[in-house]
Amino acid sequence: MSAHNDIDRVSGRSTTGHEWDGIKELNTPLPRWWVLTFYATIIWAFGYWLVYPAWPLVSGYTTGVLHTTNRAAVTANLAQLEALRGEKMKALGTASLADIEKDPALLALARARGKAVFGDNCAPCHGSGAAGAKGYPNLNDDDWLWGGTLDQIMQTIQFGARSGNAKAHEGQMLAFGRDGILKKDEIVTVANYVRSLSGLSTAAGYDPAAGKTIFAENCVSCHGEDGKGNQEFGAPNLTDQIWLYGSDESTLVETITKGRAGVMPAWSGRLDPVTTRALAVYVHSLGGGK
Amino acid sequence: MEPYRGILMGLPMTKNVTPKVLMGGDDDLPLYAPQKKIYPQRVSGTFRRLKWGLMALCLGVYYLLPLVRWDRGLGAPDQAVLIDFPNQRFYFFFIELWPQEIYYFTGLLILAAFTLFLMNALGGRIWCGYLCPQTVWTDLFYAVERWTEGDRRERIKTDAGPLTAKRLARRALKQAIWLIIAWWTGGAWVLYFSDAPTLVRDLATFQAPAIAYIWIGILTASTYLLAGHAREQVCLYMCPWPRIQAALTDEWALNVTYKYDRGEPRCSMKKGRDLRALGEKIGECIDCKQCVAVCPTGIDIRDGAQLGCIQCGLCIDACDNVMKKIGRPMRLIGYDNDINVQRRTSGNTEAFKPIRARTGVYASLITLVCAVMLHTLLTRSLLDVNVLHDRNPVAVKLSDGAIRNGYTLRFLNKRGFDRVIAVDVDGPANAQIHIVGVDSVTPERPMIVLARDATTELRVLVTAPFDEKVEKTQPVKFRITDIGLGEVASATDHFVTP
Repeated sequence: MSAHNDIDRVSGRSTTGHEWDGIKELNTPLPRWWVLTFYATIIWAFGYWLVYPAWPLVSGYTTGVLHTTNRAAVTANLAQLEALRGEKMKALGTASLADIEKDPALLALARARGKAVFGDNCAPCHGSGAAGAKGYPNLNDDDWLWGGTLDQIMQTIQFGARSGNAKAHEGQMLAFGRDGILKKDEIVTVANYVRSLSGLSTAAGYDPAAGKTIFAENCVSCHGEDGKGNQEFGAPNLTDQIWLYGSDESTLVETITKGRAGVMPAWSGRLDPVTTRALAVYVHSLGGGK
Repeated sequence: MEPYRGILMGLPMTKNVTPKVLMGGDDDLPLYAPQKKIYPQRVSGTFRRLKWGLMALCLGVYYLLPLVRWDRGLGAPDQAVLIDFPNQRFYFFFIELWPQEIYYFTGLLILAAFTLFLMNALGGRIWCGYLCPQTVWTDLFYAVERWTEGDRRERIKTDAGPLTAKRLARRALKQAIWLIIAWWTGGAWVLYFSDAPTLVRDLATFQAPAIAYIWIGILTASTYLLAGHAREQVCLYMCPWPRIQAALTDEWALNVTYKYDRGEPRCSMKKGRDLRALGEKIGECIDCKQCVAVCPTGIDIRDGAQLGCIQCGLCIDACDNVMKKIGRPMRLIGYDNDINVQRRTSGNTEAFKPIRARTGVYASLITLVCAVMLHTLLTRSLLDVNVLHDRNPVAVKLSDGAIRNGYTLRFLNKRGFDRVIAVDVDGPANAQIHIVGVDSVTPERPMIVLARDATTELRVLVTAPFDEKVEKTQPVKFRITDIGLGEVASATDHFVTP
């Protein structure tokens, strides 16, 4: 390039020797530091190929002398986290559930762990704040189908309800209409009777005596004579203000006609015992725990 | 090589061209003048003594303060001044601040600014000349330079001469002492952030956390570069204060001033004698340039007030020494202002006005900020509570129809001991309060223990019977009372009915 020892008169610098319409191009090489850095990066690349995974092969890739993989790094980090967590959570596995709730530090730990696990596993049905939805119980209130003590909550989480697990809660709301046990008008009558149990209004022309009779003949075995339910069978209290599916006449008629059998999966196979305990304490601490 | 040397150096490309053609006029001249090496001469006198004293004080406070102990009782750090980042605490003797009290530092900054303004209104750049870390450390580094490489003339001579073994040895000694001072500066810095004796031991045995070594490294480098090499360039180019100072000063502010009414026309001793014999009026300045020789920023004070002058007063000492020798009145250079120059010229007596509107305003602002800070510090609450309403669900209906709201309460106990507090709730009629995980002996008015110097976070449930007549959203107030001391604090939120 600079073989042309042609010096530009104005700037005093050498030119490339190229000339267009009388205009000459100044020879402005890249700064040396730049060029050296550029060469250094090329040399660096060879070292990189040698040390790290770099080239794709037909069935795999060059692993490099360090055999680094991001997957292995993540696995190692997770294992480290689990080890650390196991150490911290040890007390949650040994203390009784009641003692966990009495110890402020353990309670805070269980609530933090429980909240995270709840978000990952329970929120799809019960909602992120455990407020529930139609058919999915609100875990914040004080109405429990299967019991709201720490141990009962723990058991429900572990084995579920109608989950197929051998230890699961079992109990069925029969399909009184579909199975032909009750006739349509009987169902409407008993639905109004059920509404009256919690002080809700009843339809015009409703016969309370008939309703009471139908209830006594069909419902008391699970819901009790006073309609206060039985947690043994997951039979809800019909005298309180909380309705899992709804309290209006048409919903009640639907419930009685077709039955209800909500499923709570068993989590014993998916959550380790310590995590389950933390979750039980968390649910209990939401406010409704007995 | 020659064509791209200019690019390498970051300077205009060549010398053998007319700059105006290439650079398009005078506007494109470089913004920075290359650094001229300055060789300040040793000087003695009032201001030099004052500067030594202030330097000893400033450096003494800086290096030794982390070692001062202050007993705060068991479990609390016993370091008088400690910035404890891991535990989010700031300790200053009897004061302990939490992160949410950071606004005290805002107060300190405001105070620092007004103090700077007041100093400026009274005596010019007192901060620059005597107290600024850049001045203090540069002064110390110059003292080391004079001690190792000799005084002004000797340094100029050796620097111009060949590189001898002796010169190399002296230079190495100077750099070594500079680095030790810089390293000690960085070392003292990290002691403010951790228990000093423990950290010193850990540093010595290489057990200290990496961040400690990194900060020592950073402070060593910055001290060495700023005080050893950048020196007056910091004041000339990096510091904003000279620019602000020039805008803030007024005609009554005293500044280091060459009293040109006395000094001009300047004239050498011998020539002055001759001229005086001829009956000509000549000034007292004999143009010995001693004021220039001692100046750490290399300026000539006789050119008048200027950005480069940090007003360290060393030229006053230098001039006084000369005046003493030749038997003329001292303070040809001194703290003065143009008003007095004019008054002397017109035959009036000098006038000083330290108390005037400007200084009065600054002083009252300083007093006001001090008073506000002191008041808030003395009356600040050492017990506090914050409340956060549950977001999901906002409210819960219970089986008997009652409504319950959940809250997260965070209690702050800033005292150095555990204390028992009672929690009350003022809100909806017949509201019941329950704190999750707390079995209080008085369920109506739960009592909890707050750990010392810590925050406690608890879940609190408030239940009220459903009443369709009340507002959907009612205010609710949590009141906490220290059973022993009677201190109270409260936080308000809302009680929501779905």
